[in-house]
Amino acid sequence: MGFIGETVDSIKSIKIRQLLNQAITLGLIVTSALIIWKALICVTGSESPVVVVLSESMEPAFQRGDILFLRMTKEPIRAGEIVVFSIDGREIPIVHRAIKVHERGDTKEVDVLTKGDNNDIDDIGLYAEGQLWLNRHHIMGRAVGFLPYVGWVTIIMTEQPIIKYILIGALGLLVITSKD
Amino acid sequence: MHTFGYRANALLTFAITALAFICAIASFSDKFSNQNPSAEIQILNINRFKKQSHGNDEVSLTLDISADLQSLFTWNTKQLFVFVAAEYETPKNSLNQVSLWDAIIPDKELAKFRIQVSNKYRFIDQGQNLRGKEFNLTLHWHVMPKTGKMFADKIVMPGYSLPDAYR
Repeated sequence: MGFIGETVDSIKSIKIRQLLNQAITLGLIVTSALIIWKALICVTGSESPVVVVLSESMEPAFQRGDILFLRMTKEPIRAGEIVVFSIDGREIPIVHRAIKVHERGDTKEVDVLTKGDNNDIDDIGLYAEGQLWLNRHHIMGRAVGFLPYVGWVTIIMTEQPIIKYILIGALGLLVITSKD
Repeated sequence: MHTFGYRANALLTFAITALAFICAIASFSDKFSNQNPSAEIQILNINRFKKQSHGNDEVSLTLDISADLQSLFTWNTKQLFVFVAAEYETPKNSLNQVSLWDAIIPDKELAKFRIQVSNKYRFIDQGQNLRGKEFNLTLHWHVMPKTGKMFADKIVMPGYSLPDAYR
């Protein structure tokens, strides 16, 4: 009986070790993703350093599913720059080009008017009611770089949540079942 | 160790790394292109010049724009966004940039052009400072790459002025 008991104990201990190991691996993956994201926020100065283009308003420059890299620096906004802004009462930020800039001499506060390259009219209609200009606090960043197509992954995952769950499930299964 | 899943994973990782590397190199190669763009703008006519009912000056004008931006195109260029902005200073604002005309140039062959247009966007001041105002016309361009870093530059053309009286 002693022999069997020993074996059972050893199996049990192996399982616990393995389980702990897997938990740590999983934790490492999650935390390193978080570290990378937060580091990007620090380096770029933008709360959302990477955004996916969802609309056709900036075609042909940016198409649906493209990824944009944003930066937010102290440098003043100038006409022609592609800025990302959010409007009070609107959840999804908009990526459009600044076409008019008026910068105050004393306070350096700016009035910016934007327009999507693919739109016929400027964005006043998109702004909050009675709002004629964007100010500094509306602007979350400016686009500095660009990667095509990669954003489709997130678009598909948000539009077809089932695919997201399948993917997460499969990845989780892989992590749990893999033995180095 | 040499299961199908393991190999597929290794292949995918390598493919993505290689692709990212190629994209980075393509973007980096833009730095080595020789650029000598040129541009010339004339004001053909002041069509309208008045004070709006709520007090801001507004001008409508016709421009003659000719430019040769062909040297800005490289193999990693998707398009050029070009615009002409009136830039001036007023007592209230240290900088006013008003876009008057813009265009998307998708092709190198189209990057040498001459066009006569009246302003596409309204030229409105924040106030009544435009009479006799001296201003710059600046041709800006933003190069949209196929992938990687976007970059921009401009040609500033000074010495334009508006009439001393509304018309």
